[in-house]
Amino acid sequence: MNRTEAVDVVKESLAQVVPGADLAALRPDDAFRDALELDSLDFLSFVETLSRRTGVRIDDEDTPRLTTLSGCAEFLASRTE
Amino acid sequence: MGPGRTDERKTTYREALREGLREAMRSDDRVFLMGEDVGRYGGCFGVSLGLLEEFGPERVRDTPLSESAFVGAGIGAALAGMRPIVEIMTVNFSLLALDQILNNAATLLHMSGGQLPVPLVIRMTTGAGRQLAAQHSHSLEGWYAHIPGIRVIAPATLEDARHMLAPALADPDPVLIFEHGVLYNASGELGPPAAAVDLDHAAVRRSGTDISLITYGGSLPKALMAADELAVDGISAEVVDLRTLRPLDGGTIAASVARTHRAVVVDEAWRTGSLAAEVSARIAEGSFYELDAPVERVCSAECPMPYARRLEEAALPQVTDIVAAAHRAVD
Amino acid sequence: MAEFTMPSLGADMDEGTLQEWLVRPGERVRRGDPVAVVETAKSTIEVECFETGTVGELLVEPGRTVPVGTPLALIETEPREPEKPRRKPPRGRKPKATPPPEAIPPPLPEPAPAGVQESPVAPPPEERPQHEAVPLVRRLARERGVDLETLHGSGLHGRISRSDVRRAAARQPRARITPLARRLAGELGVDLSTVSGTGRYGAVRADDVRKAAAGPATALVSDRAEPARTAAEPARTADDRAAAMRRTIASLMARSKRDIPHYYLSTTVDMAAAMGWLREHNRRGPVGERVLPAALLLKAAALAVREVPALNGFWTEDHFTEGDGVHLGVAVSLRGGGLVAPALRDADTLALPQLMARLKDLVTRAREGRLRGSEVSDPTITVTNLGDQGVESVLGVIYPPQVALIGFGRVVDRPCAVDGLLGVRPTVTATLSADHRATDGAIGARCLTAVDRLLQHPEEL
Repeated sequence: MNRTEAVDVVKESLAQVVPGADLAALRPDDAFRDALELDSLDFLSFVETLSRRTGVRIDDEDTPRLTTLSGCAEFLASRTE
Repeated sequence: MGPGRTDERKTTYREALREGLREAMRSDDRVFLMGEDVGRYGGCFGVSLGLLEEFGPERVRDTPLSESAFVGAGIGAALAGMRPIVEIMTVNFSLLALDQILNNAATLLHMSGGQLPVPLVIRMTTGAGRQLAAQHSHSLEGWYAHIPGIRVIAPATLEDARHMLAPALADPDPVLIFEHGVLYNASGELGPPAAAVDLDHAAVRRSGTDISLITYGGSLPKALMAADELAVDGISAEVVDLRTLRPLDGGTIAASVARTHRAVVVDEAWRTGSLAAEVSARIAEGSFYELDAPVERVCSAECPMPYARRLEEAALPQVTDIVAAAHRAVD
Repeated sequence: MAEFTMPSLGADMDEGTLQEWLVRPGERVRRGDPVAVVETAKSTIEVECFETGTVGELLVEPGRTVPVGTPLALIETEPREPEKPRRKPPRGRKPKATPPPEAIPPPLPEPAPAGVQESPVAPPPEERPQHEAVPLVRRLARERGVDLETLHGSGLHGRISRSDVRRAAARQPRARITPLARRLAGELGVDLSTVSGTGRYGAVRADDVRKAAAGPATALVSDRAEPARTAAEPARTADDRAAAMRRTIASLMARSKRDIPHYYLSTTVDMAAAMGWLREHNRRGPVGERVLPAALLLKAAALAVREVPALNGFWTEDHFTEGDGVHLGVAVSLRGGGLVAPALRDADTLALPQLMARLKDLVTRAREGRLRGSEVSDPTITVTNLGDQGVESVLGVIYPPQVALIGFGRVVDRPCAVDGLLGVRPTVTATLSADHRATDGAIGARCLTAVDRLLQHPEEL
């Protein structure tokens, strides 16, 4: 999975968790948990969705890397090489 | 038709009844008429005038002033195979024969296990409007309509007056015919026998779309006049003539209400416990979801019928009352 | 024949908008089945049926707003016989059915209207047990849609009589609609609440309905097979709803602060054991079965409340009534603003994974506006977890007529003394807001210490 594909799947997963979220306004290094007001349940559901769509297992320890779009993309790219 | 009568001559309700009697007596030897003053005097209201001369004293019999006795005699004759027509002067006096009518005529078929039919016809005058005061003016046909085992009819038109007697005589059960006193002089052209005068169906005397005026007997002409006035106001009234008060033709009532969705019941009897109450109840039971306004009733004032003309008029249902009730329902 | 009425879905609700029917006339329903969607000022709720039977006439069209207690539909009930095995089991029924969800309890007693309370001369304390009325009167009140709490009994010692209920019922205005008009409205899909009558005393008549049906708003011919939204008024806009919710929260919270003498306690809980246990648990299981700290905190709160039942219930009419189970009201903030606190029923009995699953489901549906009636009507205590917002502690306002609220802040690493040494540990601040009329601080303290103790043994939660 390259970075562009990874960003797409991250955005799709976010859209699923937060219907109607303005993802276009989200910059690669914005902390999206704050920007989109995700609480822990929302974030868990994002992690579940992302994991299901990419087949990548995401553990609690991994979550600190999943705070921005670029962070997510990097993480996914590294796990799917 | 007698000699000297022209085709243009108008017939009265009284004459139409007489023609019915004459036809019945001519066509069936078992038919005879009895009652107070029906023979030599020609009937208290002149209905049987001339019949004594035509059919003789065996078949047109004057009776003593005892309603119980001559109605009882009529029941006996009917049981013995005759087809008696008993005239009671007014419905007020029929109460003296109520025991015979209710306890004998209406019950014998039932109590004999179907062996003893009573093919009796009883005619009587009913209603007010002629200043005959409280002992000659009441409308008690609703009481009789309460009784199972008899049939109660109220001819209101010339045709019904002329043609209802034959099916009444043919009926195996006792039939009570109520002739409203103010109708005797009603006149008009008596057309050829209407298709079929039966004793089972109410008749729509005038079609309409906005309201049903449901009535019978002496109130029918008032309802028709009210319908004329309502037409001027732009309200199309349907007029239903019940004709047979027992058994009531619920189907015709329901069909009319289904067309108009509003009803005024006009009944010259007292409102409480009246035939009008029965009709209203049936509409509420069977046509509730058709109603677009509460059912209205126009009945007589709940007092003994006054003698004084103005008071009598005030006590009786009048055309203006019917029109007002219709407006309440429609406006 | 039973009536399905607009339920009271909380102490502050006095009317609701029927948004959608989930059943059709003739359909079989079982006690506990969702039958209608009702929109209140706060949320959209799926309302369950109290009876088992067949749906008869639907009395209220979608889109209409009616007072609590208004009959919405008739349910043809079946005689309550012991369930015998039938040749054909009713669809969906398992051989050994789990007990159906509890029917919504009678409306929570509502305090007298504000106007009465604020009268300068307080009425002398009355020795009147809460709505003193015999069962017959209660039934009549239910049938007539009369709230007993709004009545002053004319009988001995303020007992409410049947005539009191009848008089109250007579005061409730009922639209005059002729039978034909009502029938036509059903056939033409006309919402009678939008039709003004031209008949005597303002009665709505057939013509009024026909005109409404043919009116500028497109003629709505409803297919009886699909009685849902077609006839509804345009749903209230999100802005309207948000404003209505704001007003509701405003009045409820003002009432709380006016009536309830709050006291507050707080304690800091060492979360090292809990977080460690969670990490292990989540590492072992699939991603979909992951448990969040929130679930752990809720479970601990539920068990603590079970130990201190004086905090679990309602304060009405000057006395406390214990809840019939621990139903945690979980405060859920909505994205558009506003707040709901639906109940996680019997939270103390749920295993953690189950509780987590229920929590996810509840929060999702709360945000979609699809809560069920029993979830909004009867939380026995509320738990709020503002930790997600990053604050360290929350001192909440009690949701009347509840008597307590437990708050959790963020799980945060703090320096603290461990075995005589300074260490860095994950900690959470647990707080309790409680009604001083119902309990005293010593009892509240027992609850918080129980929370602390329970969180030290996460494996037992």
